[in-house]
Amino acid sequence: MPAKYDKTIAAEIINRYGARPEMLVQILHAFVERYSCISDEAIRQIALALNLSRAEVHGVVSFYHDFRTTPAGKRVIRICQAESCQAMGSRKLTEHAEEKTGLSLNETSSDGELTLEAVYCLGNCACSPAVMDGEKVYGRVDPEAFDRILGRKQA
Amino acid sequence: MTAKRVFVPRETSAISLGADEVAEKLRAMLAKSGSKRELVRNGSWGMCWLEPLVEVETGKGRIAYGPVTPGDVESLIAADFLNGGKHSLRLGPTEKISWLERQQRWTFARCGLIDPLSIDQFREHGGFDGFEKALAAGSAKVIETVTASGLRGRGGAGFPAGIKWQTVARAEGSQKYVACNADEGDSGTFSDRMLMEGDPLTLIEGMLIAGFAVGANKGYVYLRSEYPLARKIFSQALTLARDEGWLGQDIRGSGFDFDIDLHIGGGSYVCGEETAMLESLEGKAGLIRYKPPLPAIAGLFGKPTVVNNVITLASVPRILADGAASYAEYGPGRSKGTLAFQLAGNIKRGGLVELAFGRTLRELIEDFGGGTASGRPVRAVQVGGPLGAYFPESLLDTPLDYEKFAALGGMVGHGGIVVFDDTVDMGAQARFAMEFCALESCGKCTPCRIGSVRGVEVIDRIRNNENREANLALLSELCDTMVDGSLCAMGGLTPYPVRSALKYFPEDFESGAGDRR
Repeated sequence: MPAKYDKTIAAEIINRYGARPEMLVQILHAFVERYSCISDEAIRQIALALNLSRAEVHGVVSFYHDFRTTPAGKRVIRICQAESCQAMGSRKLTEHAEEKTGLSLNETSSDGELTLEAVYCLGNCACSPAVMDGEKVYGRVDPEAFDRILGRKQA
Repeated sequence: MTAKRVFVPRETSAISLGADEVAEKLRAMLAKSGSKRELVRNGSWGMCWLEPLVEVETGKGRIAYGPVTPGDVESLIAADFLNGGKHSLRLGPTEKISWLERQQRWTFARCGLIDPLSIDQFREHGGFDGFEKALAAGSAKVIETVTASGLRGRGGAGFPAGIKWQTVARAEGSQKYVACNADEGDSGTFSDRMLMEGDPLTLIEGMLIAGFAVGANKGYVYLRSEYPLARKIFSQALTLARDEGWLGQDIRGSGFDFDIDLHIGGGSYVCGEETAMLESLEGKAGLIRYKPPLPAIAGLFGKPTVVNNVITLASVPRILADGAASYAEYGPGRSKGTLAFQLAGNIKRGGLVELAFGRTLRELIEDFGGGTASGRPVRAVQVGGPLGAYFPESLLDTPLDYEKFAALGGMVGHGGIVVFDDTVDMGAQARFAMEFCALESCGKCTPCRIGSVRGVEVIDRIRNNENREANLALLSELCDTMVDGSLCAMGGLTPYPVRSALKYFPEDFESGAGDRR
C-alpha cells in the first residue's frame, strides 16, 4: 500500500540524497516507491528543497515513463511489447490480458487494484514473451500462464 | 574438507522459469535429510533454454541437470543426483555441454562458475589480477594495452575503447569520471544484465582499471529500472568491494582512490544514448546533447568522462591480466575479440553465446539456437536491437563482424539477435519501429520527434493502398531526412529496420498483408 503523503518523511527522503539536484531522478524513484506516484505537493516540496523551479521538476517527472502522476493500482502487471516478445506472440498475449482483466494497456482498474502496463524489454528475451508482476519476472508466458499469474497472490 | 556445493542460479531468466521455487524446495529437502550440502545461488551460464539449470559438485566435477521444475526435486534426490546419479534431466558435466563447450568465453568466463558475491571465489578465478597488473604497469601502459587489444565499444557504436580512454587521459582537468552505461534497452539483449547478476565484481574491476588509466576517482553505473535483480546484486557487490578495500580511499595501499555510485534510470530508452544518459545522471530529463564536445572532453558535469558499456568495461580486466595479444587473436579484420551474442525471440535454444567475431548468423541461429521455437521456417532476423536492420533468411550467411554488417546496412550493435518465423508481418514490424521512435524520442530534434509520428502515418497509408507510389516515395524521403538530420542514433537509425523491411519483404506492405499473416 502506498503511504499517505507526509512532509517530514518526504524531507527525509530528499535529504537521504543530500538534497542535491543531480539526484533528482533517484529522489523521484524513492517517492514513487513510497507514494506510488509523484503528486503536485511532492513536486512543490522537491523543487523547494533542491532549489529548482517547479517547472524544472515537472519537466523531469513528465519525461520519464517511470514517474507517474496518478497512483498505480496496488498491483502492477507489465507485459513486454518489444520485438523479441512480439516474435513469440506478445500481441496476442496482450489482447488476451486486456480481455481477461477488462483493462487496456496503461490503464488502472476503477477499484485501484490492478494496473496493466506496457513495458519495452525486461531483458528476458531468450524466454519470451515476458511479464513482470511487481518485481517478479515470468518467462514464456502464454495466455494460460498469464491467467495463473493473475490468479496468484501478488509476488 | 568443505561441503560439496549445489548450484541454482539467482538470475532473472532462470528465476522467471522457477529457479527460486526450485532453490526453496531443494533447501527444504536438504535440511530435512540432514545433508551438509551448501546451496549456492550462482549466476547463469547463459543457457536459458536449460534453465533452471541445477548443478552439483561431485568428485568428477560439476554435473548439470535441467531444466528443473520444483516438481522434479524429489525425483532428483531419489535418483541420488547429489552424487551425479542418473536421471532423465541429467546433462552430464557442465563444461562438456556442447552449447557451452563450443563457445569462446572471455568476458563471461566466470559467469555461472562462481558465487557472484564471493570475493574469495572471484580472486580464486583470476579476479582483480588485471587491476593489480594495471596498478603495477602504470596508466600509460594500461591505455596502450587496451588500444593494442583492439577492443571496441560493445554498447553498439563500436568505437575503439583505448582511443576514447586516451582522449580522456589527455583532456585537461583534475576531475574526471567513468560512466558505465547499463541502460540495456534493446530488445533481444540481456548480456549486461547477465553479467551484473552473475559476475558483478568484474564490472567493478573494469571500472577501477578505467578510472586508474584516465585519472578518474569516481565512477557511475547507470542501470535501467527494468532490472531490479541486477540492481540488488550489483549493490551488494559494491558494498562487498567497499568492505574489503577494493573501492574507496587508497585502494589496497596503492594510493589510488575510486568509488562507484549506482544510478537507476527512469524507464526511458533514449537514455541509453550516451549524452542523454549523462543528462539523466545529472538528474535532468534525458535530452541528448549536441556533439561536439565529445563526452571524453566535456562529459558528466562538464568534465572529461569515459562512457563505456558494461561489456566493454567487463572485457578489460582479462585483457590486462592476459595481455592484449591474447584478446586480439580472436576475430577477423577490425572486429577483434569476442562478443556475447544473445539469441532471442522465436528461437529453440535461446541464451547467451560468447564467440569471437566472424561466425555467421546461420551458425548461431541453427547450430546454437536450433532454429525457431515454433518449428516453422525463419523468415526475418533483427540484429542489434530496435534500430538494427531486419535480415531475410537469404542473408543468414553474413559473418558477424562490424564492417560486414555495416556494408549491408545493418549493425552488430550490442549483439542481440531476434528471430522471427514465417508468421511475422514485416509491415507491422516496420510500423512498430516508427511507433517506438515516436514513443521514446527525447524530442530535441525535429526529424526524430515529428518524423517518427509521420512515419507511422505514412506506413499506414501504404498498407491501406492510399496513393501507394507517392507514399512510398514520401517514406523514402522521410527516412533520408531522419538518417541525415537526426541528432542521435534514435532518429538516425530508426529508418534501418523500416527500410530493410521494405526492401526484403515488400509483399508485407501490400494492402491487406496484415490480415493474410
